Amino acid sequence: MTTTHTYDAVIVGAGGAGLRAALECSKEVKTAVVSKLYPTRSHTGAAQGGMCAALGNVEEDYPEWHAFDTIKGGDYLVDQPAAILMTKEAIDAVIELEHWGFPFNRTPEGKIDQRRFGGHTRNHGEAAVRRACYAADRTGHMILQTLYQQCIRQDVRFFNEFYVLDLLLADDGRVAGVVAYELATGELHLFRAKSVLFTTGGYGRMFKVTSNAHTLTGDGMSVCYRRGIPLEDMEMFQFHPTGIHRMGILLSEAVRGEGGIIINAEGERFMERYAPTVKDLAPRDLVSRAIYQEIKEGRGIDGKDYVYLDVRHLDREVIESKLPDVTEFARIYLGVEPTTEPVPIQPTAHYGMGGIPTNVDAQVVMGPEETPVPGLYAAGETACVSVHGANRLGTNSLLDIVVFGRRGGVHAARYAKETDFAPIEDGAEADTAVHLRGLLEGTGGDSAADVRAELQEQMFDLAAVVRNEEGLRKMQDILGALHERYRRVVVMDKGKVFLHGPHGGGRASMPARLRGHARGRGPGSGREQGRPLSRGPSAPRRRALAQALAGVPGA
Amino acid sequence: MGEERPDDQKVALTIRIKRYNPEVQPDPWWDEFEVRADATDRLLDALHEVKWHQDGTLALRRSCAHGICGSDGMLINGRNALACKVLVKDVAPKVTVEPIRGLPVLKDLIVDMEPFFDGYKAVLPFLINEDDPPDRERPQSPEERARFDDTTKCILCACCTTSCPIYWGDDGYIGPAAIVNAHRFIFDSRDQGGDERLDILSDSSGVFRCRTTFNCTEACPRGIKVTKAIQEVKRAVMFRRF
Repeated sequence: MTTTHTYDAVIVGAGGAGLRAALECSKEVKTAVVSKLYPTRSHTGAAQGGMCAALGNVEEDYPEWHAFDTIKGGDYLVDQPAAILMTKEAIDAVIELEHWGFPFNRTPEGKIDQRRFGGHTRNHGEAAVRRACYAADRTGHMILQTLYQQCIRQDVRFFNEFYVLDLLLADDGRVAGVVAYELATGELHLFRAKSVLFTTGGYGRMFKVTSNAHTLTGDGMSVCYRRGIPLEDMEMFQFHPTGIHRMGILLSEAVRGEGGIIINAEGERFMERYAPTVKDLAPRDLVSRAIYQEIKEGRGIDGKDYVYLDVRHLDREVIESKLPDVTEFARIYLGVEPTTEPVPIQPTAHYGMGGIPTNVDAQVVMGPEETPVPGLYAAGETACVSVHGANRLGTNSLLDIVVFGRRGGVHAARYAKETDFAPIEDGAEADTAVHLRGLLEGTGGDSAADVRAELQEQMFDLAAVVRNEEGLRKMQDILGALHERYRRVVVMDKGKVFLHGPHGGGRASMPARLRGHARGRGPGSGREQGRPLSRGPSAPRRRALAQALAGVPGA
Repeated sequence: MGEERPDDQKVALTIRIKRYNPEVQPDPWWDEFEVRADATDRLLDALHEVKWHQDGTLALRRSCAHGICGSDGMLINGRNALACKVLVKDVAPKVTVEPIRGLPVLKDLIVDMEPFFDGYKAVLPFLINEDDPPDRERPQSPEERARFDDTTKCILCACCTTSCPIYWGDDGYIGPAAIVNAHRFIFDSRDQGGDERLDILSDSSGVFRCRTTFNCTEACPRGIKVTKAIQEVKRAVMFRRF
């Protein structure tokens, strides 16, 4: 039995971007937020270190400097007007959060305090600048809580633990709605809508070692891709340098912002060689490649695949008060006391810069003219504006979700007011029903868990920090084989009540397409070493290229 | 990178799980599973081993797997905890896992969270300040900020509320987590809704139901001094000082 709901706007996903959008949208039009997780379970809550904005509260700073760092950090593959817009709106975004009660750490004068963060500099690279506004090392947690609190105040309508599996497009190309699976009952729900905004987060779970939640399986991207929306920059995946060894749990860049350093087996602070000016606060891609290189050259600890993050020289009070959560992670998961022992770390799959292509109003765009798909929106990690280019700067993800979540919410509401519902055919949920039946009644006998484990291991081996053509071609073949195996996957639980276990437990995640042009830059190509500042193809050009290469399948 | 540890470093773990599935039978039952896991694996990893390789019908919630999303609160050896913050070595060779108590069980380790969130919403968990906001941030000193720091850590996992014997026995009691979130705003110097919240919490279902058994403080995976926060709210109700 399928239940039909009618809303002007449907927001899919309830992390920072979705909640921020909901606050705009629900003021103007009838809005539903449909999420496979309870909103406060979203991975925005795991972000730690801060949200950058050139407030200039503790030292001189300007949005233009922030924009420059964002563009340079993204290897000049950033959409530059979008980065300028984001860094300008950052200031209002931070102030707005404060007015909503966000508990920022404060300066002695009572202003929002700011700390240093990787890649954020004064005056175009002169030195690290204090730009990140923060709440200890739980800034993302506080953003998620603050936005959820405001949603409660505004009485936003949530459909929690509803898993969106399909996007409905009318024949004229307009958005018509989404199909969702209710985890608690196993029933399908059809949401008719004029605007649909995807804010479903990232897809780090395709790697074995990742900072990402189990639920980050690229859902929004794969739903759109299956309906013919090409994805942009999917090869650009960020590895955060300081993940807990083997587990990948994030130890915030704020650790280095507060003075922590990375050392190799010889006790050497090797970032001094790779990035003489900003050292350990170089952009993440650069630090991750440096660690890779150190390990490759045998200077991993005991010759193994990790190095140390070291805060032993820091004031214990700073560690306990400004970094309480990451300190606890080290104690619990590694049994290491960070105030007296170095912490084993390795690069961990962290953030997808690519995603559903959008403009600065979060409208999903296609083709060389960047033509909007009427009524379709995306924001946050699932989208690609692109304000992060080839490498996102630390803290800019939290900024991205509030800035573009807001813009998407405003535009989606305006569009919904001006337009009528697109026609929807009877049985629009049939494709989803057939797919689900296949998973339940199939006789192939393969296991989603095995397919997923194979994907994660091979991706981490062949397509991680440093990639080359040979590895990627091999991975392409492996993905083909895994696709075949996925067709034979059978879900073990045949019931309807919480059949998968919520949060997509039984789903194989395979959103990634590895394209021939996806080449990792080798180590030692850091910008600090005078690499020419190639601008690369423009964002529209890259979009066209991506679409040409994607071989977009029909719906 | 990401090398496996050799099998001889693995430990045996028996996991005894309280099961419930309304589609199978009306009453709960117990199942036992044997897994081999790294000593430093999380209990959540061991539960995944069961779900992914032994019994796909096992239902549980989880997401971040490092104690920040609040999905996987369970009764583990009789105490509420997050399965992702309990290590195998701390419970081997045998562990008992049940759903958290005081909320209706829907399936296996999954409970109905709606009554919990209803309690949370009842305390007006958002900043109330009717003044026109300034162009920049509202000032707040580090000392004022520190006053409510502890209660901002709450992840709404329900470990505190569902460890409280008063909550188990009394349909009306709003529970520790709701009071923690009220505390977070009552003691925020920017907030003007304190009186309204205290009126709500001085109701018969409110803060004075607490009998200071400290279960909540022991259960909190974020280390929040929950009982202390509740006592501070009690004092605020009595003396209208906060």
